[in-house]
Amino acid sequence: MKVIKYWHHQTYNPVALIETKNIWKVYDSEGTKTEALRGVSIEIKKGEFVAIMGPSGSGKSTLLQILGLLDNHTEGTYNFSGKNLGEYDQIEIAKIRNSKMGFVFQAFNLLPHETVLQNVKLPLIYSDKPESEWNKLAEEAVISVGLAHRMHHLAVQLSGGEKQRVAIARALVTSPEVIFADEPTGNLDSKSGQAIIEIIQKLNTEKGHTIILITHETYTAEYAQRIIRLLDGQIASDEQVTNRKTVSDKFIK
Amino acid sequence: MKLRYSIKTAVTGLTTHKSRSALTIVGIVIGITSIILVMSLGQGAQNLILGQVKGLGATTVIVLPGKISFGPSMASQTMNDSLKEKDLNLIKNKTNVPHAKYVMPMVVGAGKAVYGSNVYQVSVFGSGELVPEIFSLNPDRGTFFSDQDVQSLSSVVVIGYKVKQHLFDGDDAVGQKIRIKNNTFKVIGVLPEKGSSSSFDDSVFMPYTTVQQYITGTKYYSRIVVETDTEANLKSTVQDVTITLRNSHNITDPAKDDFSVTTSADVAATLSTITDALTAFLAAVAAISLVVGGIGIMNIMLVSVTERTREIGLRKAIGATGKDILTQFLLEAVILTASGGIIGIILGASLSYVISIILTSVIKLDWSFVFPWSAAILGVVVAGLVGLVFGIYPANQASKKSPMEALRYE
Repeated sequence: MKVIKYWHHQTYNPVALIETKNIWKVYDSEGTKTEALRGVSIEIKKGEFVAIMGPSGSGKSTLLQILGLLDNHTEGTYNFSGKNLGEYDQIEIAKIRNSKMGFVFQAFNLLPHETVLQNVKLPLIYSDKPESEWNKLAEEAVISVGLAHRMHHLAVQLSGGEKQRVAIARALVTSPEVIFADEPTGNLDSKSGQAIIEIIQKLNTEKGHTIILITHETYTAEYAQRIIRLLDGQIASDEQVTNRKTVSDKFIK
Repeated sequence: MKLRYSIKTAVTGLTTHKSRSALTIVGIVIGITSIILVMSLGQGAQNLILGQVKGLGATTVIVLPGKISFGPSMASQTMNDSLKEKDLNLIKNKTNVPHAKYVMPMVVGAGKAVYGSNVYQVSVFGSGELVPEIFSLNPDRGTFFSDQDVQSLSSVVVIGYKVKQHLFDGDDAVGQKIRIKNNTFKVIGVLPEKGSSSSFDDSVFMPYTTVQQYITGTKYYSRIVVETDTEANLKSTVQDVTITLRNSHNITDPAKDDFSVTTSADVAATLSTITDALTAFLAAVAAISLVVGGIGIMNIMLVSVTERTREIGLRKAIGATGKDILTQFLLEAVILTASGGIIGIILGASLSYVISIILTSVIKLDWSFVFPWSAAILGVVVAGLVGLVFGIYPANQASKKSPMEALRYE
């Protein structure tokens, strides 16, 4: 309960949603040390749409895993909504991931033999939200990504683009403060990919969700407001996007 | 996460791989089926045996020659000559055994019964005239022999149902003469059918004096049957008989008794111990397959955990705790084994029921189907426990998986 109260309180404070100071991540595999992140300090405000770019091995996935609380950093501090996350145990971390964060993965990661609605409902069964609201919330999320007509289809029956929309609906369903998208268009053809990135952009522009997107495509990154480029575990550049691409309205209802 | 959703998730996980789940529980099904079958048949057999022993009545004391013992010396017991006419008369004496209502010696022999060209191997029971009272055994044709017949060594015989069938077929046996050991006996009664579980159908009854004279050629008894007046006096009667015989045989050390005094309750208790031990032994053998089944389950669960790494990672990424994952996989294992247990109980009970029908209708045993409730409950619990024990390791492996696994794309 301590956590919930704290978050509630923080929404009135105009601090950065995500703030890291000198984050290091060192993998130690049988004595061989690999420095994946070497002192990364970033600040992301509530409502921002940030793209993180960089060649493979630059540490962008590691950074996303740390920001998304899927992995621990070796050194440095990470404040989420002004609170140092080093103070939480695994159960509290799971609760934060559930209620404050949404994830969209390159490989969709749907449960293939469950329906669209059941997949979207999945985060709710681990949440504190009352069971009576689960169906309504999940249906709304499915409708918001334009899949109302696929509501009761099995995930395995969907096309790649549709699968990623389901994943986005699943990330949205708990109304998280931030959505992490790890190469969400990486597995899709260009047309479906564009539709997905446009949905993600709309979540940011119309609903005010904070988005952190990992991509290696400049084309996709330009839908964001800001691009952070990583190289060898360090920030190489951090710039606002001047010619930001915007939703064409063609693919989204 | 609510338990209801954990169960739902576990069931979904299992039904996704229907044939795999089905094959996985075969070991458990076989194990529980065998246990239920063994327990049910064991209980049935015990009821059958005890039913016969109890037929002797709760007020019957049996005196056997020789010391009760098991093993190779058992045979010598039937040859023992320690029970003689003197002992019979001492037991009959009311001052020695005040609560004895009936005292009857018995002599057991065997021989071929011959009528015309028909020959049949029979057990020969030499008894007193009180067989109808003590064993509730009344001829349905003719009469049983009298005290007069016993005193006068009459050559009369009362024959069992099968003896009558084999020697006389459909003809009336009463009044006919049969030959046993080259002596001729007149049939005065025919006993009703007692069913194949009873040895009386293959037997003939004669005055014990007649049997001693013409069949065995001995002067001692195979047993003395004492019927007490009330059940309450059973224990004191056992004491009285024991003391009387020790005095008669000049025995001071009870360990050197050359006779034994038992009651139907004693016999029932001994037989129960034997059937219980046998049932437990067979059930334990059957239980080995549960362990094998459990290891099979652990194996499949480990495969399943590896195969579902991404699902586990995803669930953790969206907020499942390690405990949620542990519960989910543990429930899968327990639901799997418990349903195997239930199938096993249904299968085992059905098989036992079919066997009981065969035993009663084909072999004509006085067998009754027993559904072993305790074994059934135990079966489900044990099956569930197998799931718990063999599921905990894979479930723990699953709960330790990192959510990052879901991000890894292969």
